[in-house]
Amino acid sequence: MMRDAADTVTPGFQVDDPVAPQQGFGQLLKQNRLAMIGLAVFVVFFCIALLGLGLTSGRNPTFDPAVVRLQEKLRPPLSKPNLETLSTEEVPRLGVYLFGTDDLGRDVFARMLQGAWVSLTVGFVAVGISVFIGIFMGGIAGYFGQSHTSIDTLIMRFVDIMLCFPSFFLILTVVALLPASMYNIMIVIGLTSWMGTTRFVRAEFLSLREQDFVTAARALGVSNFRIIFRHMIPNAMAPVLVSATIGIATAILTEAGLSFLGFGVPPPHATWGGILSDGKRFIFDAPWLTFAPGFAILIVVLSFNLFGEGLRDILNPKLRERQG
Amino acid sequence: MDNRRDILLSVQDLKVHFHLNQRLARAVDGASYEVRKGETVCLVGESGCGKTVSALSMLGLIPQPPGEIAGGQVLFKGRNLLDLGDDEMRKIRGNHIAMVFQEPMTSLNPVFTIGDQVQEAIMVHEKVSERELRQRSVQLLEDVGLPAPEERLADYPHQLSGGQRQRVMIAMALACNPEVVIADEPTTALDVTIQAQILNLFGELQRERDLSLLYITHDLGVVANIADRIYIMYAGIIVEQGSAPEIFHDPRHPYTQGLLASLPNRAKRGTRLHSIPGTVPDPAYKPGGCPFHPRCNLAIETCQSRFPDMCDYDNGHQSRCPVLYGQETDRK
Amino acid sequence: MLSFIGRSIVQKTITLFFVSVVSFLIIHLAPGAPSQVDPLNPKFTPEMVERFRKEFHLDEPLHIQYTYFYRDLLTGKTVSWKDNQSVLGKIWERFLNSLPLFIVGTIITWTLSFPIGIRSAIFRGGLYDRSATFFSYLLISIPGFFFAYILIIFVVTQFHVPVIGLKTFGIGDAAWPRLFMDRVWHLLLPSILGATGGIAILSRYVRSQMLEVEGQDYVRTARAKGVPEEQVHYKHALRNALLPFVTMFGLILPGLIGGSVIIESIFSWPGMGRMAFEAILARDYPVILTVNFISAVLVLAGTFVSDLLYLVVDPRIRL
Repeated sequence: MMRDAADTVTPGFQVDDPVAPQQGFGQLLKQNRLAMIGLAVFVVFFCIALLGLGLTSGRNPTFDPAVVRLQEKLRPPLSKPNLETLSTEEVPRLGVYLFGTDDLGRDVFARMLQGAWVSLTVGFVAVGISVFIGIFMGGIAGYFGQSHTSIDTLIMRFVDIMLCFPSFFLILTVVALLPASMYNIMIVIGLTSWMGTTRFVRAEFLSLREQDFVTAARALGVSNFRIIFRHMIPNAMAPVLVSATIGIATAILTEAGLSFLGFGVPPPHATWGGILSDGKRFIFDAPWLTFAPGFAILIVVLSFNLFGEGLRDILNPKLRERQG
Repeated sequence: MDNRRDILLSVQDLKVHFHLNQRLARAVDGASYEVRKGETVCLVGESGCGKTVSALSMLGLIPQPPGEIAGGQVLFKGRNLLDLGDDEMRKIRGNHIAMVFQEPMTSLNPVFTIGDQVQEAIMVHEKVSERELRQRSVQLLEDVGLPAPEERLADYPHQLSGGQRQRVMIAMALACNPEVVIADEPTTALDVTIQAQILNLFGELQRERDLSLLYITHDLGVVANIADRIYIMYAGIIVEQGSAPEIFHDPRHPYTQGLLASLPNRAKRGTRLHSIPGTVPDPAYKPGGCPFHPRCNLAIETCQSRFPDMCDYDNGHQSRCPVLYGQETDRK
Repeated sequence: MLSFIGRSIVQKTITLFFVSVVSFLIIHLAPGAPSQVDPLNPKFTPEMVERFRKEFHLDEPLHIQYTYFYRDLLTGKTVSWKDNQSVLGKIWERFLNSLPLFIVGTIITWTLSFPIGIRSAIFRGGLYDRSATFFSYLLISIPGFFFAYILIIFVVTQFHVPVIGLKTFGIGDAAWPRLFMDRVWHLLLPSILGATGGIAILSRYVRSQMLEVEGQDYVRTARAKGVPEEQVHYKHALRNALLPFVTMFGLILPGLIGGSVIIESIFSWPGMGRMAFEAILARDYPVILTVNFISAVLVLAGTFVSDLLYLVVDPRIRL
């Protein structure tokens, strides 16, 4: 990661300076190259997922992920279809099998497009749930913690209990016991990953609470509810955002892992983990079935991780002061 | 002032720059000062004027990057410290030139005992038996006025108060009998009563050991107490220098005059406190010409464009204000 | 200090109790009859099913089931619903298989992470640091099974060595040095796989801790005293930077019962992870609950050990 020269100690420097230009978020982001790359890849991924959803659904999709062509199974990438044996609907749109075909002759490229949307949705919804719960629990624990320690203790004990369960194992258990569906997976991942956010939010709240602007608000008679939501939460968001970005990466990996073990989103809907899982039997004969989804997952997850780390640097208040 | 005493440390036209995001901060911009044997020199200025940076760069303690020694020399007993390699620099640090820092609460390693840290100060420079190490440590702690020094050896820093920790820092600085001690605002973080004790301690130690002391501070009260000679620093340069009595009775730079006038005890009861308008410039965005001119009520046209040279008064008193100098010579 | 220990133990026991309740409830509230592995199994006669129900008190209300279950668990009498073996026995056997993976993996992780992290911090921004950072990101982003297959393809095509399972099928009664090497070889790839993720995360953490400590005032003091550069890093900075890691050491305890399901599946390694997975598939509740319970015990024990270690290592807390 390109570390800016600014983050070492420079003694005797003044922090406030009316002459130096203030640096907004956009400026800071531009300086952190890896974060920019991460964000760019994410945007590309988002567009591909949306496009993919559009292009592969409906009754007559542009790229059909479901059409089975047994005579064309396990064709390598960029190979041309055998036009004599195929009917017109079965010919791939681009005239080649971009990523090859799988063991049922399905176009891997089309399946990857379809799977993109699943990965995206699972990531965002799962993290959305966990962040929501985390902010709620952490906020209450942190805000009321000082005055009503029982609430704080209760919530933190609950966090401790949840932390005792090995995370992947727990998700696997619940997902295996429930009927398979995309929604169940998202909800379960969300319900098992809120603990970290709770801790961050609680820590931020505990320190924010002592700050003057909160006292001022209370002195003005602002209700607790409003203080928490309008004043404190926006200030506590920094670690939550970082953790959420990295959480999306983890959620995508988890979903892929579940698919790999056979507990992911059920067929025929394609998921990247599923393609990889189907391909494990043909690992030596048709390595593209492993490499296409594998690399795709790697790149998307990597970009989220990079962006998350970049966010952490940008939102780090210590660095901000010195640059501003 | 004793001109015959040897010059031990001579900073000549030192320039230290910092390469930050898209800007160059010229923290020290051509500063020159010197310390003679047995004297106490005070380097005075507000936060951000570059006094600490200049001291740290003498001992090679400025990280490069982002820092950069952009010019000048620091002569110690004839050798330029800035040219020294790592090994040679190491032999100087603590041994010939020692430093006491500003924050006693964080300047001691929390996981080692006081004894370990004081003994280390000796051990890195001298080959000495265990017994002698211990004896010398105890003696040092006693010299700096710590009660029950033998017991202190086994204590950890968090068991000592701020004032006591600062005494330990001073003990470590004196461990190898350095010729020069640089004290960077050693009492700023302490209570006023402790301040007085530490100042007295410095005075005693200096007399006993004929130490040369470079005392960096922004507190004029302290300066009045201990200084033999004073350098006033602003925006990375020395704007005035002279003996203590000269500077206090006859300041020849608007900045110095402003500082002295701002002292609360100088103002008559009930009158408004004097303050210098404006703020210290950011080292990356300094005004052209004389760096003080935006805040100066004596500024004339040339102050904005011409960088002022040092003007000589008597007895080694110098100042970078040609305006006041002009007035003085006109008078004469 | 003793009161601190006492309170800690009490708190953890209470947590353990709640964990046991929660896990019990999760499993039993799930749909699906127990032990559905083989409904066509002729051994599952109606009488057997009836006996099954009686033996495991499946008719009684939940809290009675709970009491019986945990009584049996703590006295070692719990039996798997799938194959009637003693649960603790099964766990122990699989544990012994997972143990070498765990030990080798942990050793690799901890011995490599520190030098990498420390070196990255000391020469921050240099080539070493940037490469290490790049690889760390890569390793935490790559899906485990993908990486596993890449390694397998590479090893098998380059070295022509079988890597699946505990030992090579049909190696039979070869001389014991060969047997030993075979075992070691089979052990290596899954351990390395398990270790890479850990190295990526741990070395980053070591690096950031080290950087934070290097920026502290007392490191500057040490330098100003004339302490040589290596001692500044390895004596003054490192000792402080390592503090949180000593406590982290306690937290590897839960890893004992871990054992990645994915890695064990890929390498057909008969370990804890796969056993847990098979139990989930078979709805073998006793096994699932026991594994869960033991895992919780290890987590709590691990945090307890961490707290103790922290007491020992940080002088500021001790006194």
